[in-house]
Amino acid sequence: MSIIVNKDTKVLVQGLTGKTGSFHTEQALAYYGTKMVGGIHPAKGGTNWTGSKGETLPIFASVAEGKAKTGADASVIYVPPAGAADAIIEAIEAEIPFITCITEGIPVMDMVRVKAKLEKSKSRLLGPNCPGILTPEECKIGIMPGSIFRKGSVGIVSRSGTLTYEAVFQTSNEGLGQTTAVGIGGDPVKGTEFIDVLEMFLADPATTSIIMIGEIGGSAEEDAAQFLIDEAKKGRKKPMAGFIAGRTAPKGRTMGHAGAVVSGGKGDAESKIAAMEAAGIRVSPSPARLGKTLVEVLKG
Amino acid sequence: MNIHEYQAKALLKGFGAPVAQGVPVLKIEEVEAAAKSLPGPLYVVKSQIHAGGRGKGKFKELGPDAKGGVRLAKSIDEVVAFAKEMLGNTLVTAQTGPAGKQVNRLYIEDGADIDRELYCSLLVDRSVGRVAFVVSTEGGMDIEAVAHDTPEKIHTIAIDPEAGVTADDVAKISKALELKGAAAEDAKSLFPILYKAFSEKDMALLEINPLIVMKNGSLRVLDAKVSFDGNALFRHDDVKALRDETEEDAKEIEASKWDLAYVALDGNIGCMVNGAGLAMATMDIIKLYGKEPANFCDVGGGAGKEKVAAAFKIITADPKVEGILVNIFGGIMKCDVIAEGVVAAVQEVGLKVPLVVRLEGTNVELGKKILNESGLAITAADDLDDAAKKIVAAIKG
Repeated sequence: MSIIVNKDTKVLVQGLTGKTGSFHTEQALAYYGTKMVGGIHPAKGGTNWTGSKGETLPIFASVAEGKAKTGADASVIYVPPAGAADAIIEAIEAEIPFITCITEGIPVMDMVRVKAKLEKSKSRLLGPNCPGILTPEECKIGIMPGSIFRKGSVGIVSRSGTLTYEAVFQTSNEGLGQTTAVGIGGDPVKGTEFIDVLEMFLADPATTSIIMIGEIGGSAEEDAAQFLIDEAKKGRKKPMAGFIAGRTAPKGRTMGHAGAVVSGGKGDAESKIAAMEAAGIRVSPSPARLGKTLVEVLKG
Repeated sequence: MNIHEYQAKALLKGFGAPVAQGVPVLKIEEVEAAAKSLPGPLYVVKSQIHAGGRGKGKFKELGPDAKGGVRLAKSIDEVVAFAKEMLGNTLVTAQTGPAGKQVNRLYIEDGADIDRELYCSLLVDRSVGRVAFVVSTEGGMDIEAVAHDTPEKIHTIAIDPEAGVTADDVAKISKALELKGAAAEDAKSLFPILYKAFSEKDMALLEINPLIVMKNGSLRVLDAKVSFDGNALFRHDDVKALRDETEEDAKEIEASKWDLAYVALDGNIGCMVNGAGLAMATMDIIKLYGKEPANFCDVGGGAGKEKVAAAFKIITADPKVEGILVNIFGGIMKCDVIAEGVVAAVQEVGLKVPLVVRLEGTNVELGKKILNESGLAITAADDLDDAAKKIVAAIKG
C-alpha cells in the first residue's frame, strides 16, 4: 500500500514543454512506467511532445481538455513562478483531484489567492516549492531521484527536498524502504500540511513507521505534534523519528526557503523539537542519523 | 528586501495613509533647509538604518550618555546639532549586532502631540494562508516582549482575500485598539489603505510601531517598517529602486546577482550545499561537532557550472573562512556539474584552506571521478556525518 499516488495514478504535466518539465517527465516515464498521460500548453494543443529517447505524449490546450480526454486524476506543475499560481488555479477549476506544484519562488500573495480557491474546491494541492511525491516502484511525481528508493514500510514527510532524499537514502540503506515519500515544500502558504500526510500514514496499514522532517519558521511542526498527541489518545500511534533543520539559523533571516525564518519570537527549532519529542517522536540531533534513529526506535 | 523608514512612509503616503511631513537628508548642509521647510516647533531627527531599536541605540563615536538614534528637537539649531552627532557615525542597537551600522541618511520630521501609542502590523499568517492584522494597545514597545509577557494584549484579525477589509474587520481592529471618535473614523480609511498597500506592493511585513492617536484625536503613522517578498520583486521595478545596497552584506549582494540563497554568518567553516533544508542541516551538524558555519549557501537545484563556481568564489573570498564543506545530494542537481564548478573555481582563485566534499545522488560516480582526476587537495567524504567530522578535524589542524 501507499498514500495518495500508486501505479494507477494518471498524471498531466503543466509546463511539459519547458526544459525542467521535459527532463523530469522523461525521468518519471523511466521510473517503473509512471502513467504520465499528457502535457498542457494553450498554444500547442493537438500536437505531441517528444522526449530525448523518443517518448511521446499528447499536448492539450487546457487542463480541462486533458482531464476529459485522458481521465487524469493528477497534475504536476513546472510552470515558472510568474504564471504558476494561475496554473494551479486552472487545475483547481478543472477539478483535478491531486495537484503537485514543484515551482519555487511563487509570490506569497499569489499563494494567498490560490489558498482561498483551494479551500472551496475538491482538489488537494502538494507544494509549491516542493520535490513532489514518490511511491517506490509505482509512481514518481516531481523531482525526487528514483534510484535511492526501495519499496518498504516507512512513510516519509518533509518540508525540505534534499533532506527528504537523506531520509529516503538512509532508510533504504537500513533495509527498511518506504511506502511513500511526500515533500510538502518550503513555502509559508501551501496546500498539504504535515497533519494531512500524517493522518494518511496513520491510516495506511503498510506504513509501519514514519519519519517527519521539519525546519524553522511557522508552527506546522507544533500543530502536527498536537495532532499526534490527540490521535495517540484514540489509540492511533506509529513509531516515529524526526529532524528539525535550522537550529543554528540566525533570527530574522530567511534561510533559502521563503518559509524558513524565525520571526516575531516564533518558529525556532528548540520549540519544535520539544513539541515533537512530547508527541513521542525521537528527534535526531544529526541529519546523518535519521535512518539509524528510526531503527533504534523500532528496536524499542 | 528591506527599505528605510522614510521610503516606507512615502510609499504609504502615496496610498493615502496619514504620515507626518518629513524630509530625508544625506548631507549635513541640507539639514537646516530641511528643518525650515517643516511647520515646527517640534522636530524629530531620525537615523535611517535597516534595524530596529534606534531610539535606544548608542553611537559608538559618542559618549555613553549621549542621546540615541531618534531624537526630539525643539529648535532648528537643535536639529542641526543633533544631525551633526548622527550623520556618518555608527549606531549600535539591539538589532545591529556589536559592530553597529553607519548612519548615512537622516529623516527630519514634524513632531506630533501624542495621546496614545498603538501597535499595528500586517503579515501573511501562514496558519490560515491569509494576510492578517496584528494589533495591540501596547505600542511603542518591543512587540516580542508584549507577546511573551501579555499575549492577551495582542489581537490577530485575518482578512479574506476575496472580500478584502470589510466594515466588520475594521470594527474588530478598532475595538482591539480601543479607538473612539475621530480615531475610529480615521480607522475606516486607514486599515483598508494599509491592506491595499500590503497586497499591491507584495509586502512581507508592514509594521507600524507606533501608530499614534494624536491629542486632536486623529490617527497617524509615526514609524513604519516595510519589507518586501523577494519572490515578487520581478513585478515591482519601483520597489527595486528603493534598495540601499550600503545596508547589505557585500557577499550577499554578489550572491543575489547569481540568484544564490546566501546568508553571511559569524563562524569559520564555509558551506556550499544544494537545498535549503540540507544547507541548514549542514550548518547544524557543523555546530554539533563543535564549530560554527561561516555562511548559509543553497546553490539550488538547477545550478550550472558557472553558478557553482561563483558560489565557491564568494565563500573563499570571506577572510573568516578556515575550511570549506561542500555537501551535495543530487536530485535535479547533478554531481558532475558541482564537481566541474568546484574544480573551475579552485583553478581560478586557488585553494588556501582545507576542502571536504561529500557527493551523493545523480551522477555521483562521475562527480567523484572529476574531483579525483583534478589533482586538487580535496578530501572526499562518504556521508554527511563523515564530512562534518573531517572538516572540523581539518581546521583544528
